[in-house]
Amino acid sequence: MAKYSVVGKRVPRIDALNKVTGTAVYSGDVILPDMLYGKVLRNPHTHAIIQRLDVTKAQALEGVKAVITASDVPGYQSRSPLLLAEMPHLAQEKVTYAGQPVAVVAATSIEIAEKAVDLIEVEYEELPPILDVLESMKPETPPIYPDLYTNFIASPPSDEDSTPSNIAYHMVINRGDLEAGFKEADLILENTFRTQPVHHGYLEPFAAVASVDMGGKVIVWTQSQGVFTARQMIAAFLDLPASRVNLVPVEIGGAFGGKSFLALAPLCALLALKTGRPVRMEMSRDEVIKAARPAPGSVTTIKMGVTKEGYITAASISLIYDAGGFPEMSHTMFARGNTLSHYKIPNLKIEAFDVLTNKVPVTYYRAPGTPQNHFAVESQMDLIARVLDMDPLQLRIQNIAVEGDTAPSGEILPKVGYKETLERMAEYLKEKGSLQGDDQGRGVACGFWHGATVTFGAYVHINIDGSVTLVVGVTDVSGSRTSIAQIVAEEFGIPMESVSVVVGDTDTAPWASPSVGSQTIYSLSQAVYRACQDAKEQLRHLAAARFEVEASGFEFANGRLIFQGDAEKSIAIGSLARYSISFRGAGPVVGRGSIGGLPPAPSVAVHAADVEIDKETGKVKVLSYAVAQDVGLAVNPLSVEGQIQGAVTQGIGWALMEGYQFDQGKVQNDTLLDYRMPTATDVPMIDALLVEVGSDSGIYGIRHVGEPPIVGALAAIANAIQSATGVRIKELPMTPEAILNGLKEQNKS
Amino acid sequence: MTSIRSIDRFEYRAPGSLDETLDILKTSGTDAKVLAGGTDLILQMKQGLIRPSLVVDVKKVPELNRLEWDEVGGLHVGAVVPLNKLATFPAILERYNILAQACSVIGSAQVRNRGTMAGNICNAAPSADSAPALLCLGAGAVVASSNGARSIDLNDFFVAPGETAIGDGELMVEIEVPTPPPHSAGCYIRHTTREEMDIAVVGVASFLTLSPQDKTLKEARIALGAVAPTPVRAHGAEAFLTGKSVTPDIIEEVAEKAAAEANPISDLRGSAEYRRELVRVLVRRTLRESCSELGLIE
Amino acid sequence: MKIKVNGQDYEITVEPGRTLLDILRYELRLTGTKEGCGTGSCGSCTVLLDGEAVNSCLVFAIEVEGKEITTIEGLSQQGKLHPLQQAFIDEGAVQCGFCTPGVILTAKAFLDSNPHPTELEIRQAIAGNLCRCTGYDKIVRAIMSATNS
Repeated sequence: MAKYSVVGKRVPRIDALNKVTGTAVYSGDVILPDMLYGKVLRNPHTHAIIQRLDVTKAQALEGVKAVITASDVPGYQSRSPLLLAEMPHLAQEKVTYAGQPVAVVAATSIEIAEKAVDLIEVEYEELPPILDVLESMKPETPPIYPDLYTNFIASPPSDEDSTPSNIAYHMVINRGDLEAGFKEADLILENTFRTQPVHHGYLEPFAAVASVDMGGKVIVWTQSQGVFTARQMIAAFLDLPASRVNLVPVEIGGAFGGKSFLALAPLCALLALKTGRPVRMEMSRDEVIKAARPAPGSVTTIKMGVTKEGYITAASISLIYDAGGFPEMSHTMFARGNTLSHYKIPNLKIEAFDVLTNKVPVTYYRAPGTPQNHFAVESQMDLIARVLDMDPLQLRIQNIAVEGDTAPSGEILPKVGYKETLERMAEYLKEKGSLQGDDQGRGVACGFWHGATVTFGAYVHINIDGSVTLVVGVTDVSGSRTSIAQIVAEEFGIPMESVSVVVGDTDTAPWASPSVGSQTIYSLSQAVYRACQDAKEQLRHLAAARFEVEASGFEFANGRLIFQGDAEKSIAIGSLARYSISFRGAGPVVGRGSIGGLPPAPSVAVHAADVEIDKETGKVKVLSYAVAQDVGLAVNPLSVEGQIQGAVTQGIGWALMEGYQFDQGKVQNDTLLDYRMPTATDVPMIDALLVEVGSDSGIYGIRHVGEPPIVGALAAIANAIQSATGVRIKELPMTPEAILNGLKEQNKS
Repeated sequence: MTSIRSIDRFEYRAPGSLDETLDILKTSGTDAKVLAGGTDLILQMKQGLIRPSLVVDVKKVPELNRLEWDEVGGLHVGAVVPLNKLATFPAILERYNILAQACSVIGSAQVRNRGTMAGNICNAAPSADSAPALLCLGAGAVVASSNGARSIDLNDFFVAPGETAIGDGELMVEIEVPTPPPHSAGCYIRHTTREEMDIAVVGVASFLTLSPQDKTLKEARIALGAVAPTPVRAHGAEAFLTGKSVTPDIIEEVAEKAAAEANPISDLRGSAEYRRELVRVLVRRTLRESCSELGLIE
Repeated sequence: MKIKVNGQDYEITVEPGRTLLDILRYELRLTGTKEGCGTGSCGSCTVLLDGEAVNSCLVFAIEVEGKEITTIEGLSQQGKLHPLQQAFIDEGAVQCGFCTPGVILTAKAFLDSNPHPTELEIRQAIAGNLCRCTGYDKIVRAIMSATNS
């Protein structure tokens, strides 16, 4: 794509210099004078009623400046905590998972805060825990919350028959005639797949610093994926107008969806408000694992019918997500757009549930709920290919959805590159050749992500020296600052060094949705592009007035405007900016751009994993790994490859070694030694094959990038393990022990 | 499991001589702790598992920094010598391959730059990677108190998880490892889920000495980690193997016997049954590798 | 106690229970050293102690009296980036950046002792440094490229 001079180039990240020198500022690096330290008291029981909560001894301890419990939370007075989903809900009458916050202390040192927490007296009456989703769904199981109704959370629906339920959300899609579809099939397979909750594994634990200025404004520094939504949430928690809260963006040490949840900031803000002093809070890693919300475990049952030629005639799938002890935002919602959407399936039923249990509540993680459902769907496709003795890529190619097809959600597919991506992988694997070793196997799988629609604003300031300052409110979790700087450089024909990207606080920056769902660069690029066009239009008019010609005749090149190629009628954008702010100037050039309502640009990533199994121990070695992905247009291939390689590694961890281990609902593996994430020795180099079938909706053809490369990894590894061993594992993680057990079973039969 | 929190106040002493150290340990209460590399001790203090009132940093004691080898006296590894020094010490690389293998898989590079072999065995985890190798090599722990020094045979060193034969007021000075006899070979292999930075699900060390005349095994030692409350020798399997000429069938049988001797538990890292199976596999592998080094099999 | 960090001498008072990490971050305000786990399992807090990589979360400050510490802030000399720092930027090995200081310091100590490593040796050397963003691919490439510069 030689079409562009900066967009599409491999550009080092503009934030990298600060990061390699240790000068980048993260939440935990914010140190204010006269700061207090906050500490959370966490409940040890999976399910219990709080009979007595006495903080008097803690309050009396010297150095303690505030102790807060649920009754001190202003936001709880006017609404159910069930509605404050993405916040640490201080327990009221009962605790619903081990690790739930019960009280928070602010003291002059962390040591005193810890002592004060020890002095808080709580008496619990333990209740029988509900630990299994299937058990929890049964109508006879007592509801964990008396005011939780399916799809209606905190207020009963008008339907008089409805009763409280542990099913927080429920969704059904029906299409065609399922029964007839299965009748047409020559082969019907049905399987159930299970996954455990997994941790996002961001290296930076939660931290927050809050202070209150003399005017009563609460200022918060915390690693939120969305500073504006964080402001709204904190304002709701404090029951203050949003204008009384300012969120200051900081670097985020990894998020992956896990940092839309505000684990500490609302508590920290409330402590600052109560004490009038700055307060700092940090979570230890074990707190993060136990209480900062993993991705949900799942039970997925899929039934699929195909003709003997390998065409899908019908499919039904039931997805049950374990929501844990709090009705976190719905995973069912994502199941609607991301389940069985990339295949042509004339008859289908999709049903999804978010079900409460007395375990740690969950939140979104890179393609929320979708790796879980693809573990089932793409394992199932592989099993079908084996029975039909078909090439697994060919089976997918002949069933893949194309432009104009109707997705299960009812949406008509726009221009997509699913098929091209599968073909790219087929070509790659052909070149690579087949595996030779007896204990080796290859697995392929698709990973689909539908994408989301969000809203962003951007300001472009033209500086008098011809440099350009871009102001956004978007926290950078994927290299977004660099990519949008490339767009500004491209649009004005200026070098990257002349673009300054500012992520402003919520008082100064334009609105930004959270950086989630692979939509940041896809959507934000449009807002930035529009802001550039707005500024360019203003510059054209200034130039037109100066040269007394038509504004529309000006082109931009090398930071200058040129009228119809006439070197005499050319002026630098910096000169125009200088005149614009002079005594007689027209006023500063400020370009504004907004984007909303952009249709998603769905994408498929095709994974291929080569593994080798030690058949005596069951241990898996990933020999090589490749992902072909339609990225539309890679604004910065360096960043895009990095997204793919990181996502695959998370997927490999999820497949082989990660997963919460519970004892009666309590998390046991709460250190980074026992919760094993892949090290550099557990993964190979990861080939990222970028396919560029431009989207119709994204500027330059950009698509969603960050999520698809994790989605297919779980099944790709499972499929590779079966290729190597003949053993099909349907539950994650696929530990050496599970694989060895599978091999033993196989030898028996 | 255990939360990290601030460490309670304690007194810190860093004596410069062995005598001074032993004096301190004599008069201090039982909650004094000796600090070498700190990779286990500081972690346990952060987790509140131990709350010593006195921490004695022994890194400045010259005797504890000893790392020496000679043919007759064998290897002496002072209690504060970090693991990374062992991996580059020529005598260890040349003669104690089994020990180099074991020490190079403990923790990460960062951990090995601080952590010590003495610490690895004093922590007395059933999974301690250096323990099976040291047991095979016939190592002993030299401990000292103000009453004098004694050597504890490593076979008698491990008492229970986290508990050793070191008495109150006693200090681990060094680990002494005899020079392996001629015609001997051994190796340590462990199984972990993650390639590095993991705790052994099972670790096995085998060490064989050959009678060069008749190609029978003069001595066989097999030690197992993480399959009993302490690292243990598989005495039955050893006895069976000693005096024999090695064949593949015999290796199978030895592996079977070692597996039967293991007494594993089920925990987060694996079931008892899986561990027993791993003993079988790893005994087989360590024996094959040792035999191959001795030229007994290819 | 006296402590030498990045070539500069400091005289500070410390409680025995404070870790080197605490002191670096909160007394000396060298916040480039990060805490990811506090248990020596992630490597984010890696610093060089007399040239060797250690987890500063598992070292008491008081233990390092008289020793030389290098943190990420001290790696560049006279405003010139260390070749590893430059390679991490150029190869795209930096994403969120939280693990970056620790990985770079681990790699520095490693390359000082093994200037021409294989890919596997690099992977083993940084196994104590977890990274969740990059999948290690570009980190390994950056370290390789720094060996050539």
